Amino acid sequence: MSNGNGSVRIGFYVCHCGTNIAGVVDVKALAEWAATVPSVVVSRDYKYMCSDPGQELIQQDIRDHHLNRIVVASCSPHLHERTFQTATAKGGLSPYYFQMVNIREHDSWVHKDKKAATEKAKDLVRAALRRVVFHEPLEKKQVPVRSDVLVVGGGIAGIHAALTLANAGKHVYLVEREATIGGHMAKFDKTFPTLDCAACILTPKMTAVRSHPNITMWTLSEVAEVGGYVGNYHVKVRRKPRYVLEDACIGCLECIEACVYKQAKVSDEFNLGLGKRKPIYIPFPQAVPQVVLIDPETCIEFKSGKCKKTCVEICADRNAIDFKQQEEIKEIEVGTIIMSTGFQTVDAARIPYYGYGAYPNVYTSLEVERLINASGPTGGEVILRDGKKPKAVGIVHCVGSRDENTNRWCSRVCCMYSLKLAHLIKEHTDAEVFNFYIDIRTPGKGFEEFYCKLLSEGVHFIRGRVAEVTDWALDPSEEGKLVIRVEDTLIGRVRRIPVDMVVLSVGLEPHADADEVRRQFNITCSTEGWFLERHPKLAPVNTFTDGIFLAGCCQGPKDIPDTVAQAGAAAAEALVLIDAGHVELEPNTAYVLEDECSGCKSCLSLCPYTAIAYHEEKKKAEINEVLCKGCGVCVAACPSGSIQQHMFQDEQIFAEIEGVLAHA
Amino acid sequence: MANSTSGQEKKSYLYFPGCTMQATGIAYGESVRTLFRLLGLQVEELEDWNCCGATSYMSIDERAAFVLSARNLSLARQAGPRDLVVPCTACFLMLRKTQEYVRQYPSIRQEVEGALKQAGIPPMGPVRVRHPLDVLYSDVGVEQIRAKATRRWHGGRLACYYGCQALRPYAEADQAYNPMRMDELLQAVGVTTVDFPLKTKCCGGSLTGTIHPVGVRLNYIILKEVARRGAQAVATMCSLCQFNLDAYQSEMREEAHEVFDVPILYFTQILGWALGGDFRSLGLHRGIAGRNLIGQWFTTPKEVEAYV
Amino acid sequence: MLGIYKQEAYERHLRFQRDADPTWGRKITALPGCEGILTCMQCGTCSAACPLSVYMDYTPRRIIATVREGFREDVLRSQTIWLCASCYACRVRCPREINITDVMYALKREAIRNRMYPPHFPIPILARAFFDMVKRRGRSTEFWLVLRMALRSNPLILLGMAKTGWHLWRTGRLSLGYEKIRGVGELQKALASPREEV
Ligand SMILES: Cc1cc2nc3c(=O)[nH]c(=O)nc-3n(C[C@H](O)[C@H](O)[C@H](O)COP(=O)(O)OP(=O)(O)OC[C@H]3O[C@@H](n4cnc5c(N)ncnc54)[C@H](O)[C@@H]3O)c2cc1C
Ligand code: SF4
Ligand code: SF4
Repeated sequence: MSNGNGSVRIGFYVCHCGTNIAGVVDVKALAEWAATVPSVVVSRDYKYMCSDPGQELIQQDIRDHHLNRIVVASCSPHLHERTFQTATAKGGLSPYYFQMVNIREHDSWVHKDKKAATEKAKDLVRAALRRVVFHEPLEKKQVPVRSDVLVVGGGIAGIHAALTLANAGKHVYLVEREATIGGHMAKFDKTFPTLDCAACILTPKMTAVRSHPNITMWTLSEVAEVGGYVGNYHVKVRRKPRYVLEDACIGCLECIEACVYKQAKVSDEFNLGLGKRKPIYIPFPQAVPQVVLIDPETCIEFKSGKCKKTCVEICADRNAIDFKQQEEIKEIEVGTIIMSTGFQTVDAARIPYYGYGAYPNVYTSLEVERLINASGPTGGEVILRDGKKPKAVGIVHCVGSRDENTNRWCSRVCCMYSLKLAHLIKEHTDAEVFNFYIDIRTPGKGFEEFYCKLLSEGVHFIRGRVAEVTDWALDPSEEGKLVIRVEDTLIGRVRRIPVDMVVLSVGLEPHADADEVRRQFNITCSTEGWFLERHPKLAPVNTFTDGIFLAGCCQGPKDIPDTVAQAGAAAAEALVLIDAGHVELEPNTAYVLEDECSGCKSCLSLCPYTAIAYHEEKKKAEINEVLCKGCGVCVAACPSGSIQQHMFQDEQIFAEIEGVLAHA
Repeated sequence: MANSTSGQEKKSYLYFPGCTMQATGIAYGESVRTLFRLLGLQVEELEDWNCCGATSYMSIDERAAFVLSARNLSLARQAGPRDLVVPCTACFLMLRKTQEYVRQYPSIRQEVEGALKQAGIPPMGPVRVRHPLDVLYSDVGVEQIRAKATRRWHGGRLACYYGCQALRPYAEADQAYNPMRMDELLQAVGVTTVDFPLKTKCCGGSLTGTIHPVGVRLNYIILKEVARRGAQAVATMCSLCQFNLDAYQSEMREEAHEVFDVPILYFTQILGWALGGDFRSLGLHRGIAGRNLIGQWFTTPKEVEAYV
Repeated sequence: MLGIYKQEAYERHLRFQRDADPTWGRKITALPGCEGILTCMQCGTCSAACPLSVYMDYTPRRIIATVREGFREDVLRSQTIWLCASCYACRVRCPREINITDVMYALKREAIRNRMYPPHFPIPILARAFFDMVKRRGRSTEFWLVLRMALRSNPLILLGMAKTGWHLWRTGRLSLGYEKIRGVGELQKALASPREEV
């Protein structure tokens, strides 16, 4: 048989994969049968083709028998296509003269009837043997990788990734939506299980970001547009006006003092509405950047243009206030991107029977983090809205987690942070603290020991999911209290427990805009809405889009230690690409047969990667090989059949189909 | 006076009274009909309806329970494409549950359809089963009720008690937690309603008849909280709730030595009265507890003056 | 007679695995509306939401667990299934969306079918009376129902009911009518099913 490349000499190998394949498919018979197929020069079966000796076998046969095509029947190409391509290349052939047949996942693992499975294997192998005849030697394209990195989201994940990369000498753009970096961690007072002060460990990292020469930090900013491909992404970033010049402001905060509002009157977002701020403000004392901002919704100058502008007066030297500041679009070119957009907490009002919003003394855990925080709205005192200290506090676990009506997953950190809050509340108030849990999940390092410590502190642990929080007094002892009704499943009694304060340990969920963000970056989401990793075990920080990596809670709920570890891993993956300097692109791209293209443009809008352009002079479609991902949509759609694709040529596909259909 | 909906097309409903509307719940039926008439809505009773089977049928033979409701749904479909209004919440739920189970489980659908066929009953169709609370809130609306009210409420503060089966499990008459529609409708005619956390707690249903002490205890708890909330009466939307809360107060008075004399009204009685309905046609004379207050509240100020 | 050789008398709370009937448990979990039982995480939300759990011997959560493990006797002899008022408070809160109320119905049916309830226990008697009345006439009348239930369970309770009855009579709410629908024939035909086990 010949295809114009001289005579075809195929080497065929079938792998036993231990008993994975050989237990169902008769590999000996398969190899014997393949030997009878025209053009097959060598046909062998071997225990583990992916082992070194297995690969060596291929190389040796290429040399000894002058093979020019290789077919291996084994597992999924996902696992070992690369391995065998490399072996083929080492033997001195183009790796594209290799074809793989999956007789494990597609055959031995899914069938029991040995005879039929062997017959099926023959069909699949025959298809490959016929197809490989038409293979061509192809060249991989190389594209350079820019060394600049974009990090989206400045929580602890983004901060850690940015610093790691910057310390490795790469330039990082850190884009944060809020006015300060720090994310959720900046709101906490202490962190479990070691109870170290969150600010003490976080603020040094935040200021390091600000002062690092390799980091460009943009707060109040969001990514507006992403184009390009691995190694060469161009990104537009929208910077919202702060109305204060970042370079001029030194964070003396005198303007806040001087504001015509003598009293802070505006609900303070950073403190989740528990405190008040002025129209000109800084989110919290250690905010980074240490630059004030103006909220145009409440500032008198913005509303009426008739303010005395005492803030401007006091800032006369530096002149940092600029009411005319406009939104800006920054365009940057980066090689890799790290997503670290974090999570949002479940809106507690979605579980109506817990009374959030109806009873003022029902709080969320995040609100209580602020109450406990020394720089929070109460200066670190745990007091109720009426200023009183609670004498009894109930902490309800799993609010909006493990529940078909809200979110099905376990949010993973709530048990531990509930224990932390129990400890801190007890420390601050000496109240009786009750934890209501379904299961206590403390699998981290030092976590179980922390749980044990809490038990010894006399915190109550009641196993039962709370059914309701009401102000209904069934007994005089309950007057004026919030009553928690729960089945204590361990004692086996339904209990009513009156408390002064209820803390709802709200779960973690993807941001409301996660789906939009995902589309923008062309990455995938799990059904729950978390950004999806390429492989849950083996590629946990990669996405299905090359050059885009994941760090922190945007990929799923996790605590700070895991977040930081993941951020480091994401930075390392980016460095791998950057230091290699280039990436190789698979040559399975589509190309236009210029003579046959009628210029109908029907392919243009179909390409999901906008890789097709229209050449105005030639009046033909043109495919950018670098952008093309080889999905084949245009190939199928072209009405005149004038788009072809490497590795999926018509003759290759037809030969393959005929091979499958040609039962002996 | 009832035909003041000039220009507007008269909306017409099918009406499923259920067995209690002829007995303990007679006042509910009377007030629903009167209120609908005052609003210019037509109601036509479903011809030859049968009992819904209530909890008893479900406890003995599920299939038979579904068949009972299936016949009613078949009758409703034959009577034309109109919504079926069902004030009794037990009947309401049985009809809705039948629809849901038939939809969800092919095996049940087959059996039920087979039984109908065997008896020569035409198949059921897609009938919309509705509770009057939903009709009054969604079709009529708070604003229309406010506009049409001719009498101002001069009675006491009320606790709205929604009970269970109209809200659960299907949350159709109102939301399952903290329902507010009855509160809103009554507020529209000038009633002050109290914040009442037990508004969806169970009244015990037939337990007052079977495991009597437990059933009565549940009602005692509800009435205690009504008093604690500063309400003088209760507005209900289910004949069983109304009966349980109403009929056992004398027993509570004797056993608990506490003064219970709380009027237990149907929300339709209050709305009907506000829209100009008269005492008897709304069944207001049929209350057992709190008769004095009922007498005072449901008379016009003029009448009151005439009395004193 | 000490009876110390009788395990049931002394170790009342001990359960041998031979006491369990896993086939029965599986049968229940396969019924329409009962599928969710297997995913119950024993959180107790149902029990705490239930207004009647405090009068029950087994809370609804324990019933679910006991069914799942197949302890048929324990379940069918429990008071719980009769105390359930079908208020669905449990059902709408269960984080696994388990249809607990319908599980209770399924268990009532099981208990009635197997006559596993105390003699003269009013609930099954009422259910029966109701069932028969509706089958015969197509409608029910509370007065006659209650009368029949009382006569068959404990006629003395009629004394307690007399007062309530008087109130109802006085306010015109006691109907003695015994209606029959026109379509009773077709209804009976539809109800006379090959699968009726009662
Ligand atoms: C109440 C509570 C207490 C906790 N206590 C502890 C504890 O004690 N110890 C512990 O280890 N863990 C604790 N955790 C978990 C901890 O909060 C997380 O592990 C950590 O915050 C994850 O960091 P992150 O950077 O992934 O996400 P985040 O902290 O959420 O940061 C994400 C950042 O990205 C920004 N962002 C989001 N979307 C965009 C966008 N589209 N563009 C630009 N920027 C964007 C956000 O503004 C934010 O700054 C607690 C969690 C909660 C809810
Ligand atoms: S609420 Fe649901 S999951 Fe929880 S114990 Fe009850 S049945 Fe099981
Ligand atoms: S339906 Fe039954 S088990 Fe469920 S809450 Fe109501 S009474 Fe309790």
